[in-house]
Amino acid sequence: MSNVNENALEPRTWFENKILLGMTGKEYVRSLLTPINMLAAFAVACAVFMFVWRFGWGLAATTNLDQNTPWGIWIGFDMMTGIVLAAGGFTIGATVELFGLKDYAPIERPAILTGFLGYLMSIAGLIADLGRPWNMVFVMGSNGTASVLFEVAWCVMCYSSVLFLEFTVPMFEWLGWSRIHRVAKKLLLALTVLSVMFSTMHQSALGSLFLMAPGKLHPLWYTPYIFILFFTTAVIAGISMVIVESGLSHKIFHAQFEGQHVDADALTVGLGKAGAIATFAYFFLKVQTVTDNHAWGYLKTGWGAWWLVEVLGFVLLPSILYAYGARNRRARIVRIGGVFGVLGIALNRLNVSVIAYNWNIPNHYVPRWSEFVLSFGLVGLGVVLFRFIVNRMPILHPDPAYPQEH
Amino acid sequence: MKLSRRNFLKVAGATSSAALVAPALARGAESHEEHIGAIVGADESSVLVDTTLCVGCRACEAACSEKNQLPAPPVGDKVLDKKRETGPTALTVVNRFDVDETGKELQQQPEGDATKRAQRFAKTQCMHCVAPGCASACPNRALDKKPNGPVTYDASRCMGCRYCMVACPFGVPKYEYEALAPRVVKCTFCADRQAQGLKPACTSVCPTGALTFGRRADMVAEARKRVYGNPDKYVQHIYGEHEAGGTNWLYISDVPFEKLAMKADVIDKPYPDLVKGALGVPPFVMTLWPPLLMGFYVFSNRRAANNAKHDAAHGDSEGHHE
Repeated sequence: MSNVNENALEPRTWFENKILLGMTGKEYVRSLLTPINMLAAFAVACAVFMFVWRFGWGLAATTNLDQNTPWGIWIGFDMMTGIVLAAGGFTIGATVELFGLKDYAPIERPAILTGFLGYLMSIAGLIADLGRPWNMVFVMGSNGTASVLFEVAWCVMCYSSVLFLEFTVPMFEWLGWSRIHRVAKKLLLALTVLSVMFSTMHQSALGSLFLMAPGKLHPLWYTPYIFILFFTTAVIAGISMVIVESGLSHKIFHAQFEGQHVDADALTVGLGKAGAIATFAYFFLKVQTVTDNHAWGYLKTGWGAWWLVEVLGFVLLPSILYAYGARNRRARIVRIGGVFGVLGIALNRLNVSVIAYNWNIPNHYVPRWSEFVLSFGLVGLGVVLFRFIVNRMPILHPDPAYPQEH
Repeated sequence: MKLSRRNFLKVAGATSSAALVAPALARGAESHEEHIGAIVGADESSVLVDTTLCVGCRACEAACSEKNQLPAPPVGDKVLDKKRETGPTALTVVNRFDVDETGKELQQQPEGDATKRAQRFAKTQCMHCVAPGCASACPNRALDKKPNGPVTYDASRCMGCRYCMVACPFGVPKYEYEALAPRVVKCTFCADRQAQGLKPACTSVCPTGALTFGRRADMVAEARKRVYGNPDKYVQHIYGEHEAGGTNWLYISDVPFEKLAMKADVIDKPYPDLVKGALGVPPFVMTLWPPLLMGFYVFSNRRAANNAKHDAAHGDSEGHHE
């Protein structure tokens, strides 16, 4: 195995890495006045506004939920999709720490940070959706062990904590707390094992939630094995998100990569290889679902057409793009495949939890505009936090004061 | 770096404590597996609804609203012109169904029979499943199944996730979307009245005998007697005997149940069983993943060490700083 990521970076002063990025307060505030930051501020304002509105006026005022549709896009997108797109944390963590593919070490920290922030935003969306969020604590001691949601709640709680602990490694480097950093770093192996364990359980359990809704979820999507599909899609989403996100990061934060000899294209191609295998396997699982349910007849209906859009356009197509890009070492193709992969997993989660749910009810739920505002705000908030952190902490580049000892 | 004993113990310790929780989780999934004997939930309290006897007087609605301090139901038969649903302010609703359009609904009735009725009435409320999906779905045990039959709700434990609404095949739990501290609202089978030895409010006021309250085994027996004793009159099915693994509200009818808007896509299996397989997975994950993953770790380290040795032997130093 070659180990190319350890090359020394030009030394930076600690001050440069602190909150104001080496500027005076005035300069810093002035530096914030960019169009991108205006958009970010708008997104955060949207999230805050929605929280005030939601908790001041209730769910009826802010959502289109009704007695037939208890779960809208705050569960379907913020929770179901948010969490699956944050799956890069455990997939890349396992790749680097457990499977020993150290080439991928440079993207481990951004993947874990994205995972951590993704979970935080999902939990924020969940709190907005819950009618009585103050009673959440009862899950811990409720003994509601026959509930899939009990499993989801516990695992999300535990995994969010694991992601935070993993994130403390770069955080302690940034703070310069070397002694506790050493402890955190040593824990990383155990934490990675736990992250795979908790992720396996709750990513699949998110799918199991719908096992209780045969008849409500369209037969093309309902399957007793939905938990296996959900776990598979979590792995695909993890890989796809890391491909997309590392591509974007290299474009946006290219300054941070200066002096590092990270062959981003080679890593992307490698991820594309893994993505091709996982996505192709998932394609066959999807076909198997239809066979297993004897649901071929539904393919002739409008729902069947929609299912084909999902499975051909956003499962088969990305798997082909991944395979082609990986074989011909075309990182660009792999990145395009990544975009389709991410969209495909998001589409699948929305199909299961919102679009194909309650398929046979005449008045189908359509989200209210205000529901989109919260989701937009939370995504924006996540991006703001990501930028804030990577601009300060050693996420995209190693800290020269802390050599990687692998 | 090898897998040191300390590293191994660290991982083993962290994960084996989780594995200890696993059997507890698995046991929870089986807790409803108690139906032995011929009739599921034989000793639970139950109501037999004979829709052939219901005249749509809606006394049950009024009694229910009064008992639960809800707004009184609308007066007059005009409300029957529209199909209504139960909701946060109405835990039971009687609907009228016109059944004479095709002439086929009334079984075995001679053409032009003067006794032929053109309308049927059916009361809806929580079915109080013997193994309720909603209660098993609730992670907080806010919805709870009482041993004598009722499925009750405790708002002080509810976090408002509304998974019960997803899990109920009958679409029963309703939500107070307008409220700032919303509750799940549904019929509770007058669990408090039953605890005092009283019948549920609705059954105590029915003037026609359409609602019979009693032990589930007795109600099933009575339903069978009526249905199979009068095959010309009744549809040969007791709705609720097997639906969702058995419910404590049993319906018999002389018209097909779909004509009474009874849900036809409810499967004959206790709904908690649907997640049993999936809930059995965590124990395996908790016990299998850690050793498997650590195996991968040891393997990858060995491979890296061997590669380094191999490279050193060949004087190839490029890019291998351990």
